[in-house]
Amino acid sequence: MRTEIRFSGFGGQGIILAAVIVGRAAVMYDNKHAVQTQVYGPEARGGASMSAVIIDDEPVLFPKVTSPDIYVIMSQEGFEKYGVSVTEGAVMLLDSTLVHSRPACRYIEIPATREARESLGRDIVANIIMLGALVAATGVVSREAIEKAILDSVPRGTEELNLRAMKKGFELAEQVKHG
Amino acid sequence: MQGNTACAEGALAAGCRFFGGYPITPSTEVAEHMALKLPKTGGVFIQMEDEIASIAAVIGASWTGVRAMTATSGPGFSLMMENLGFAVITETPCVVVNIQRGGPSTGQPTMAAQGDMLQCRFGSHGDYSVIALSPASVQEMYDLTAEAFNLSDRFRVPVFVMADEIIGHMREKLVVPDTVPRQERKLLKKGDLPFRAGDDLVPGFPTFGKGYSVHVTGLTHDERGYPCATSPSVHEDLVNRLVDKVESARDAISSADIVNPDARVVFISYGAPSRAVQQVLHDTSRDDIGHLRLKLVWPFAESLLSRFPDAETFIVPELNLGQMAREIQRHTDRTVIPVPKLGGALHNPSDLAGLLEEVA
Repeated sequence: MRTEIRFSGFGGQGIILAAVIVGRAAVMYDNKHAVQTQVYGPEARGGASMSAVIIDDEPVLFPKVTSPDIYVIMSQEGFEKYGVSVTEGAVMLLDSTLVHSRPACRYIEIPATREARESLGRDIVANIIMLGALVAATGVVSREAIEKAILDSVPRGTEELNLRAMKKGFELAEQVKHG
Repeated sequence: MQGNTACAEGALAAGCRFFGGYPITPSTEVAEHMALKLPKTGGVFIQMEDEIASIAAVIGASWTGVRAMTATSGPGFSLMMENLGFAVITETPCVVVNIQRGGPSTGQPTMAAQGDMLQCRFGSHGDYSVIALSPASVQEMYDLTAEAFNLSDRFRVPVFVMADEIIGHMREKLVVPDTVPRQERKLLKKGDLPFRAGDDLVPGFPTFGKGYSVHVTGLTHDERGYPCATSPSVHEDLVNRLVDKVESARDAISSADIVNPDARVVFISYGAPSRAVQQVLHDTSRDDIGHLRLKLVWPFAESLLSRFPDAETFIVPELNLGQMAREIQRHTDRTVIPVPKLGGALHNPSDLAGLLEEVA
């Protein structure tokens, strides 16, 4: 089954890396197929950033997202760009620290940037919190796979911080599920 | 792995040992990866001052006998045109990767296009022929880049890897083969003239530093390599040979995927739009739809069209205003429908499926 995931936020949040990690988890550790793409402009940081990953049991033919099943939105601008045209069946994980609007589909509020700052002391791992929440809420890849893919992808010396961020994401999503 | 990284890995596996280039979006990752990896293989990476110097350095490196390449995009590709003609007339093997972006000029640096398909074939002055490949996956970024070196050494001609931003920047699974097939450059035999060719029309290569004293010039030259720019017959013979050595092999080297040869309606594609066509064929329940996916675009082998004897209509989606559709049209009396697309987004499979319903 084809699952399309759209990530958006601003440059510097690790929006593209988040999609790369999910794709890597699917391909390298869950034995699935995936294609990861992005749209970016000439800006390096601060501009809108969008990435996507498509996961399938069969090889992915068309590489671009047409109708996302899952959204991971980490900025208000990202919401305004992609969050207003969601299909009813989609699910959205949003960073409630930075996104003030709410979509017309099912959504899960994850205060990722606040938790990154207050619990972990580093804003920069907000994207990994969102990844943890994504996996716990949707099961799009396995927890083992996302953990390995995160460890493959983050700079040496930050492994523990990133794993704590991932687990924080698991917890936040579970609280929503059961809360 | 990312397409551009796979391209660099394919080049390394093929034994590429020289990269001369200048960074440009969306091709820069090829250079970055080569800068990281080439020195570890004993190869040389040079960031040149611009693309004119880059292709010049590649040509020089190739004459020392090594496999040499560069990677660029539209504006850099334009700058390379004059020296690419020099590579053609001096019969210098080299691989030029073009990760195409929207043009003309600076255009859309971060968006995909296929607007340089005619430029790679005709962009330098004079009559000549070249070879161009067009990958449609990360795997083919690896495989076709490796193959480009074989074709370039075999025919002593620039070979282009005409990819695009979508294929260059997307990440998907790559299976790295244990080895890639390698066809070596045919060397000049002692006593032979350096620009005299046999039946295959390709002269042996007199590697610099291996005992030859050869004049290499962009002027029209005789079989000794000496300038001879006023003899009509020398020029005519040389240019005809440069064209014929590639064109006479176009069926032999043609490379394409053929799906459903009995089809009435056939999509023809290369590069990224192939992925939209593959999705259409996957999703449709119709059995009269075919697909000709070109992996080798130039020289265009018109015999591929006759592999679809029942075809009534060819539909050609491209990220340009119909560059290859024009080439296809001149080889067939069937209906050719170009599906041009500009702006950087890929053809949507549902749009192509809709078009299919309209035409047949």
